[in-house]
Amino acid sequence: MSKTLLTVATRKGTFLLESDDRRSWSLRGPYCEGWPVYHAIYDPGSGSIYAAAASEWHGSAIWRSRDLGETWEMSSEGLSYGDEDGRKVSKVSTLAVAGDRLLVGAEAPGIFESRDGGSTWSLLSTLSGQHGSESWDDPENQPPGHLGISGFVTDPGDSDRFFAVVQGIGAFETDDGGSSWTPRNKGLRRDWPADYEDVGFCVHKLVRSSEPQRMYQQNHVGMHRSDDAGRSWTEITEGLPGDFGFAAAVHPHDRETFYVIPVDGGHGRTMHDGKAAVWRTRDGGSSWQDLRTGLPQQNAHLGVLRQGMTIDAQDTPGVYFGTSTGQVFASADEGDTWSEIASYLPAISSVDVAVVD
Amino acid sequence: MTEIRLPGTLTPLFAGLPRRVEVEAATVLGAIDELEKQWPGLRDRLVEEGPALRRHIHVYVDRERGGLETPVAPGSRLDVIAAISGG
Repeated sequence: MSKTLLTVATRKGTFLLESDDRRSWSLRGPYCEGWPVYHAIYDPGSGSIYAAAASEWHGSAIWRSRDLGETWEMSSEGLSYGDEDGRKVSKVSTLAVAGDRLLVGAEAPGIFESRDGGSTWSLLSTLSGQHGSESWDDPENQPPGHLGISGFVTDPGDSDRFFAVVQGIGAFETDDGGSSWTPRNKGLRRDWPADYEDVGFCVHKLVRSSEPQRMYQQNHVGMHRSDDAGRSWTEITEGLPGDFGFAAAVHPHDRETFYVIPVDGGHGRTMHDGKAAVWRTRDGGSSWQDLRTGLPQQNAHLGVLRQGMTIDAQDTPGVYFGTSTGQVFASADEGDTWSEIASYLPAISSVDVAVVD
Repeated sequence: MTEIRLPGTLTPLFAGLPRRVEVEAATVLGAIDELEKQWPGLRDRLVEEGPALRRHIHVYVDRERGGLETPVAPGSRLDVIAAISGG
């Protein structure tokens, strides 16, 4: 019998939530020896769980479980910039599967790939040559969250084509497996001076809909939509309580339906007015509806990070998000109603979902 | 032989790795490389690009703070410490 599996990355290890019916959940963990884990995903192709982790003491590594969390191993072989130029892998932030390879995004900004299921790694690209990239490692230019690769968007039909997000710089696309890159930031808003027209944007979360031309992104300043596979962007913030947020998820079967969690853009970065809400559009961002049923509506100062919300692919999709205060909320009805399925986890970095046998 | 004393955060990461190990080496880095031969991947948990000791890993040779190039001798005691940090 198949079950729904949530892989939850936290500041103190990886946890797994499992359910047969998406209503009753059981929790396992922590795994990965309690290391800070920034992104944990399930790869349907290999049946493995991968977790990108960075210990304050012992550095960065990718943990792997081939048996749904029963046993774990980790490797950082090749996950290095070498001893020559002073660059360091200080953190691994994000993971993605592109065909037969596993991608990991790192700080300082670079993309490593593994073609053997995470046993060994090699540097794929640092996106060198982009406008301003020569100063990406300059400490003076580091944003508060540090500068690294914070996300990928892969293409199910073409493993050589994918997007990478450079934190505070923008989104870039490759169509040759990472050899060359094109900025994809045209039309994005930015409220600060910049040296270049094509870079200098703060892309928090980039997602692709079931129809590949349609993409969405939560930006530092506004929600945006693309109808040409990221080549140009239009702002769709109007109707939301603010322009700032991190987490976003797109409906697996309907390109017009998209979810976002607006948070205060100041220092707090928690949900507005202490009332938890996920916002949904069913018309590509022309209008927005707040979804609150089952979510706490007083004294709920919840933050959700960029990998913190996900959606499953069932006929009636389930939506899930994890907070920086350790709660996981789930909806089995496309966000109409919610329940709290874990309450006391460490701060959550990411939530991913899969259906497993 | 140099006796290496390892932090408790390291031993769960490698099957069969004890808290105390004896190796023959001339320097701290040489001692870590000896451990790497028996437990592949261990060097990476203590040493970053440079090579340099990871920021929160400290080593003491015969109770004196040292670095990767610090000599060790037969009978030396090499303490590898995970610095107090986190919360």
